Amino acid sequence: MSIELHQVSKEFGGVAAVRGVSFRVNDGELVALLGPSGGGKTTVLRMIAGLEAPTAGDIYIRGQRVNDLSVQKRNIGFVFQNYALFGSMTVLKNIAFGLKIKRWGRRRRAERVAELLELLDLCGLENRYPHQLSGGQRQRVAIARALAPQPSVLLLDEPFGAVDAKIRQELREWLVRLHSQLNVTTLFVTHDQEEAMEVAHRIIIFSTGRLEQMGPPREVYDQPANEFVARFIGVMNVFESEVRGGVARAGELEFPAPGRPDGDRLRLGFRPYAVQISADPAAYRYPAILRHAFFLGVVMRLELEMPSGLAVRARITKEEYTQLGLAEDAPVSFQIRQFRVFSRDDAAPAAETAVS
Amino acid sequence: MSRTIPIHLDSAGRGPGPAAAGSPAVRRMLIGLALGFAAVFLVLPLANVLVKALGKGVSYYQTTLSDPDMRAAIRLTLAVAVITVPLNLVFGLAAAWAIGKHSFRGKSLLITLIDLPFSVSPVVAGLVLVVLFGAQGYLGPWLDRHDIRIIFNLPGIVMATVFVTVPFIARELIPLMQASGNEQEEAALTLGASGWRTFWHVTLPSVRWGLLYGVILCNARAMGEFGAVSVVSGHIAGLTDTLPLQVEKLYHEYNQTGAFAAASLLAMLALVTLGFKALLEWRIRRRYERGQRAAPSGRMEAGA
Amino acid sequence: MPATRFNPLPGFGLTMGYTLVYVGVIVVLPLAALLVRTLDLTPADFWRLATDPRAMASYRLTFGASLAAAGVNALFGTLLAWVLARYRFPGRGLVDALVDFPFALPTAVAGLTLADLFAAEGWLGRGLAMAGIQVAFTPLGVMVALTFVGLPFVVRTLQPVIEGFDRELEEAAATLGAGRWRTFRSVVAPTLLPAVLTGFALALARAIGEYGSVIFIAGNKPFVSEIAPLLIVIRLEEYDYAGAMALAVVLLAISFLLLITINLLERWSSRFRR
Repeated sequence: MSIELHQVSKEFGGVAAVRGVSFRVNDGELVALLGPSGGGKTTVLRMIAGLEAPTAGDIYIRGQRVNDLSVQKRNIGFVFQNYALFGSMTVLKNIAFGLKIKRWGRRRRAERVAELLELLDLCGLENRYPHQLSGGQRQRVAIARALAPQPSVLLLDEPFGAVDAKIRQELREWLVRLHSQLNVTTLFVTHDQEEAMEVAHRIIIFSTGRLEQMGPPREVYDQPANEFVARFIGVMNVFESEVRGGVARAGELEFPAPGRPDGDRLRLGFRPYAVQISADPAAYRYPAILRHAFFLGVVMRLELEMPSGLAVRARITKEEYTQLGLAEDAPVSFQIRQFRVFSRDDAAPAAETAVS
Repeated sequence: MSRTIPIHLDSAGRGPGPAAAGSPAVRRMLIGLALGFAAVFLVLPLANVLVKALGKGVSYYQTTLSDPDMRAAIRLTLAVAVITVPLNLVFGLAAAWAIGKHSFRGKSLLITLIDLPFSVSPVVAGLVLVVLFGAQGYLGPWLDRHDIRIIFNLPGIVMATVFVTVPFIARELIPLMQASGNEQEEAALTLGASGWRTFWHVTLPSVRWGLLYGVILCNARAMGEFGAVSVVSGHIAGLTDTLPLQVEKLYHEYNQTGAFAAASLLAMLALVTLGFKALLEWRIRRRYERGQRAAPSGRMEAGA
Repeated sequence: MPATRFNPLPGFGLTMGYTLVYVGVIVVLPLAALLVRTLDLTPADFWRLATDPRAMASYRLTFGASLAAAGVNALFGTLLAWVLARYRFPGRGLVDALVDFPFALPTAVAGLTLADLFAAEGWLGRGLAMAGIQVAFTPLGVMVALTFVGLPFVVRTLQPVIEGFDRELEEAAATLGAGRWRTFRSVVAPTLLPAVLTGFALALARAIGEYGSVIFIAGNKPFVSEIAPLLIVIRLEEYDYAGAMALAVVLLAISFLLLITINLLERWSSRFRR
């Protein structure tokens, strides 16, 4: 186990920023800490690094409890959101800094720096100062500097936050390749769910200081533990319903709710791709009008309006859209293949139910 | 807004605004008025010092400056600066580290206390030392018994100078350390650097120009301080007269040229200070412009 | 003063301790000693010493001349700052650099050169004497010296404000049909005012405590051209500690009031800046 947190909490002046968080990151894993900004992710990362002290709980790195170990002795590599490159040092000196501290010999140091310059595609920039570099280059220098002393874990705070959208995509792919080459245990913070899904082996989802769910991208997407996760990872239609005679109703929508007492209020959700749609108003159970169709590349996002005014979002491919002969403002019908019940307190895991 | 002379960067590259675009008559009148004011209060005083100092020829200037009392005054002035500046330098670094890099309650109160000497009349600064260490002062009798002389002696002059120059270096450094944030230092820590090492290799280089500027300002004031030093000096010729006190003494002795010769040395100090400031502003501007050019160009080719 | 939050950067205790001790010993303790020592005086004695006729005359001169000098600076300093910030003309760089000259120049030198310039046979005094105006050795001379030392404070406070001023606001006013004077009055002036007041207060604070540059030009005639800081020195030379301290406490109290005012003004003024 490379990193382990056990019931870690952090308060700032009586305000809880992190509440009783426990998780593990395995050797060589690439894990994302995902959540909206202000959710406590960065605080968790800084506590692992030793830049912040937990109010309660234990932190282990490679099996060793590090609560009382200073930052310097934790042997971590940390990449700051704004890179925090040493402005008065060249690229070369930035990368070599940690090696000098660790008293590497001159030759070994030069070899290691050369290796990293090569690996991070920074050759030729050795003598530049940080203010002479582009955003993407600074990012790579920061990673090279963190990796140089061969840390046991690599921590990155919003690694792609400060670069523009086009370079961000490049950097993502590049981080995945780098990780598969080096295999260093990596934990990174992000607020971008797409980024986390694309890059990470596992995702740890945070909101307001609490760990909401942890698992591989596919799993948190398909089986969100609660409504927060469901809404944060991808899009979901969520409705408030009331049970009457074993059926939960939300407007015209009806969902089976066997065994639920009358008057019970349930929150129900279904993904846009679980909506099956037809241009024939009588083909499926629910009639609606196709209000808008948004073209998003390969897929289309549709907005359906039911007679009661209830809006439902659906997602189909472009081919399906043409094949089905759909058009904006035309009547359609639809049915829901799968839905999910969120318990009121979000505590119990929600089961996905198929509707026949 | 500062109580010293802040490093100031023009809004370079901005064209003249609508006010400037207006009637040339108004523009000429405003510039004329402002320049007239500047001429009387800035240019003429400077020109006067230089012309009067050399008024009786370069040789007289040389003899005046080789007078033993004058030489003693120059030595004392240098000695005071050599003691004062390092004291306030160490203080400035410590205060800036504590205030700029940490958060604590009472920070603004502490900054106000550090600023206090800016607001206290130099004469009052001298007086408080007399009240503490003078013959009738709190510690006067005790010092007398142990044969320690502070007032009318070098220690008193140094203390007075330290008092009036306390804020100079600290006030340059605090905003700089605050503005640069803690991330670079934290990065050094994560790479295993000790606190000292971080300070020397990361913090100090990033504030070095501001530090140098603070030292120059502090030095200029330390060498030029008049009021506070005048109160505690005792004006013993050849012993406790600093260069500024020498200016006054010669003036009262109706030795105009001598006074101006001494004054010209101090005026030179002021010009060097201003020159250094201009150099610093030029450097920062150049660096800023370079940064502007480099950053948005995206990926730059190697060796370009 | 405990740190309110965990900070991985070491050395807080050491540097904070050193800072407190240093400021305590160098600044706070001596000033406190002065105040405590003044408490030895009975209130009646203090009042008598602090308000004797010669002292009153010196306050009048010090405050009168300081206010006048700060006023002149508020007017011409603002003008100079405006011209430097807005116009490009030959010699601009030199004048801009020279604005700091009064601050960098040791006060004794300032006093010497001003006294010489405005003396009856000086470059400026000659012309003024013909016009029947005597500057050197009069209260007017005091004001001239205080204007000189206060000048950088007003200009350097205003310059960044004028430069940072949003030109679009002015342009917007112009597109709305406002004349240039109207634009200045209703758009520019309200933004400038807090900075002008701050500069005024800074110049005033400096002027009230000023000593070196004044005593050369003032002539130092009791009741006529003798400033309060000089009277402190004279009392000390007469070994009249009590008299000197009473005056010093009055000056200190005014300095503190001004310091508080300046802090409030800066806070007010910074609200107008981005």
